[in-house]
Amino acid sequence: MRHLTYLAVLAGCLLGTLPLEIGLRTRVYARWRRWLLALAPTVVVFVIWDLYAIARGHWTYDRAQLTGILLPGGLPLDELLFFVVTPTCAILAFEAVRAVRGWEVGDE
Amino acid sequence: MTYTQLAVLGVLAAVLVDTVLLRTWLLRRRTYWTAYAIVLFFQLVTNGIFTGLDIVRYDPDAILGPRIAFAPVEDLLFGWAMITTTLSTWTWLGRRGLRT
Repeated sequence: MRHLTYLAVLAGCLLGTLPLEIGLRTRVYARWRRWLLALAPTVVVFVIWDLYAIARGHWTYDRAQLTGILLPGGLPLDELLFFVVTPTCAILAFEAVRAVRGWEVGDE
Repeated sequence: MTYTQLAVLGVLAAVLVDTVLLRTWLLRRRTYWTAYAIVLFFQLVTNGIFTGLDIVRYDPDAILGPRIAFAPVEDLLFGWAMITTTLSTWTWLGRRGLRT
């Protein structure tokens, strides 16, 4: 089970922010086209950064705590999911603040 | 380039995306900074788990050295660039009329 440690942290992030979508009606997943398009540039740019950092040895991963599934360039699947989960949580937080405070953000 | 240099470049690029490229100017919005404060708290928690459990290890030659909650300070810049770029894109898409 230790190989699921990284995934468990990501799952915790998704589960922890899910009440925002339901309780505060952030409507991030509901607006799935906008959600996916907002993620796309981030995923591409930061995956490239990650691949460079892996190639240069800026950081290394403990294989024992990852799924073990490696994508081209040595990118762990877990890490790709990180670039999907983290921005998603950020958008949920952003929309939650908007839902609670009602301040304009410029897309109204 | 070192992680430190890339992280500073990432922050500069994110600022340019928000102000010049997409002109969303979230950097002037309370909603953005409030959301960032919330995300930062949870980033310190999750980053602390990743680095505290040694899931990710850093090359000492690629970073400055100072750490916050186990994670190198560069991670804060990396995270800020990632979150800012995402939220600017999200806002820009909404402004362009993509509402579904």
